Amino acid sequence: MRFGGAETGAAGARGVGSLANQRVWGWGRQPVGETELRRPERLRDLYAAVSGEGTALARGLGRSYGDASFNSAGTTILMERIDRYVDFDPSAGVVECEAGVTIDDLVRHFVPRGFFPPVVPGTKHVTMGGAIASDIHGKNHHKDGSLARHLLDFELLTASGDIVTCSRDENPDLFWATLGGMGLTGVVTTLRMQMTPVASAYVEVDIDRAPDLDRTLELFHESDENYRYSVAWVDGLAGGRSLGRSILMRGNPAPSGDGRGLDVKRRKERSVPKIFPAALLNRTSVKAFNTLYYRRHPRQARGAVQHYEPFFFPLDAARDWNRLYGKRGFTQYQCVLPYEGGRDGLARILEFVRRETRGSFLTVLKRFGPGEADSPLSFPMPGYTLAMDIPWRGAALESALERIDAIVIELGGRVYLTKDARLSAESLRAMYDRLDEWLAVKRRVDPESRFVSDLGQRLGLVA
Amino acid sequence: MSEGAKGSVLILGATSLIGRATAAAFAREGYDLMLASPGGPELEHVTADVAIRTGAAVVSLELDARDTASHAGFVRRAVEAAGGELSGAVLNFGLGGDAVCAREDMSHAEEILRVNFVGAASVLGHLANYFEQRRRGFIIGVSSVAGDRGRQSNYVYGSAKAGLSAFLQGLRNRLHHAGVTVVTVKPGFIDTRLTYGKVSPKMAAAPERVGAAIVKAVKKRRSVVYVPGYWRLIMMIIKAIPEPVFKRLNL
Repeated sequence: MRFGGAETGAAGARGVGSLANQRVWGWGRQPVGETELRRPERLRDLYAAVSGEGTALARGLGRSYGDASFNSAGTTILMERIDRYVDFDPSAGVVECEAGVTIDDLVRHFVPRGFFPPVVPGTKHVTMGGAIASDIHGKNHHKDGSLARHLLDFELLTASGDIVTCSRDENPDLFWATLGGMGLTGVVTTLRMQMTPVASAYVEVDIDRAPDLDRTLELFHESDENYRYSVAWVDGLAGGRSLGRSILMRGNPAPSGDGRGLDVKRRKERSVPKIFPAALLNRTSVKAFNTLYYRRHPRQARGAVQHYEPFFFPLDAARDWNRLYGKRGFTQYQCVLPYEGGRDGLARILEFVRRETRGSFLTVLKRFGPGEADSPLSFPMPGYTLAMDIPWRGAALESALERIDAIVIELGGRVYLTKDARLSAESLRAMYDRLDEWLAVKRRVDPESRFVSDLGQRLGLVA
Repeated sequence: MSEGAKGSVLILGATSLIGRATAAAFAREGYDLMLASPGGPELEHVTADVAIRTGAAVVSLELDARDTASHAGFVRRAVEAAGGELSGAVLNFGLGGDAVCAREDMSHAEEILRVNFVGAASVLGHLANYFEQRRRGFIIGVSSVAGDRGRQSNYVYGSAKAGLSAFLQGLRNRLHHAGVTVVTVKPGFIDTRLTYGKVSPKMAAAPERVGAAIVKAVKKRRSVVYVPGYWRLIMMIIKAIPEPVFKRLNL
């Protein structure tokens, strides 16, 4: 199939407006870009938006933290209305949908049918197109891998105007370059994904409190394999003997029965006021909160039944929680460190962030299983992944984070581009040793660099 | 296909956001759906989407609004596909067009008139005959506030919609005696591709509002419905401006 300019023509573009010079940002509220926005509602409007002159980038719900989701050099295409389901095969559990369908939408429509998305991030407000661009991982990565493992195939609208089917067998290099490719290989239009059967909408959760980093990692290694889902909340402000103290929250899908059904709970999402006084969120208040939160949990609890909503998406209870950080915004630094040297690396990074920045106000640690060997830019690799939310403070923070980059590079780890707002092109090259393979695919499929993002320009991913 | 307790609703122009929202609103009421629009991936995707999201029985039919000669056959096929009986029909197709282009290019102006008025009147005429004979059911026509008064910025489209509104008015009068409800729906600014980039998204209502208003209008057997409702007042004021004043305005 081909959808060049000639076929869509003026009639395709006619009547579809755009908004010029719109300020856009990611979830961290910085940096801020300026772009032309388009919001197609039909596939042919999407083709027309891509087939014109200039550069373009597809944007989902803008939940990546930095500058991955917008294109200040040209057009940013909002994908939120390209959101139709195309097919569902209940016997195989395979869903086919357009790229603007969200995780929220999937859980709402498929939990009652006994299926859950195979991989979910910490928020349900992401589109599947964005999920592919990030090759998202979730609490089950150590068991089930990243999204890549559960995708059957997808259709990619490329710079030439062709619609290309990508799978492990068909155009495999484009399939693997698009997973984790940050939207720079083209626009995913539809995809087919294997859903996970579930007996109930609930998770049986075990809680373990670990007084320090060593105990945290020990628990991971002792018993992570008993759990499908595993994550640790870390008190990022605790130092000394308590460095790396944490609450491990690990669970398995709960069987049905005892009043546990396939219910979708529609929580009312509370909104954070537009002008929340950012001063309320400071090191002292977070430190007090962390201590209370740590103590509130028992040393050990077994088999508590929790609905999937608070277990997987706790922060979605407060919509726009990124406003808590005020106008200057924040950044999330998420890296993965290989197991070898990982323990010491985590200790160094936690201690450094505690001393040299305003502190990490939310810190999450988990173990990754094997990564995707064929995907040059997919983030996960075996090791520990640490994510830290840090208030943005300009140049001082940038130089601090560069020193963490150095630790990560020294230990053979990497940072997650979906969270990134400030990495340098040189550091990217040192972290992703197969970058050149990705760039070769990019040059072949998009020789004129039609797909551009601010992140792509910063990191040298686009010519 | 008429398994739902309430029978089938035919939606003409089902692939737009308003079409999707209307289909979903009727599905939630327990109707089966027949979705019509030009064929191709849009219709396939919307048909599957409405079925998966709502669990309703949904079938699709190809419709070419411009090809009036095909409309008699189209209505016949729709009735057959519905298992011999249609509960109601929603005419939602339309062509926004490009008002500036329509000043210079009369073929574009003609296309706007052809789709929004000639095509609509043709298929509505066939549907009216069907429902009149059946002596129950409903016909919804999605017109526009643009048809309430001609304005320099949009008068080709506006005149086609004015014609459609008058057509529906006459139809309502005629079919009242057969017990058939005819509703004229006049959306104001709705947040869709027609208004994106032209009207601040904050001023535009969600497309779901139109679907909800249509279902409510059927239940209450309303005649003319503005969406959102305050557009009735806005248009009342705009219609009340004397022509000697109106012609000087920049609307």
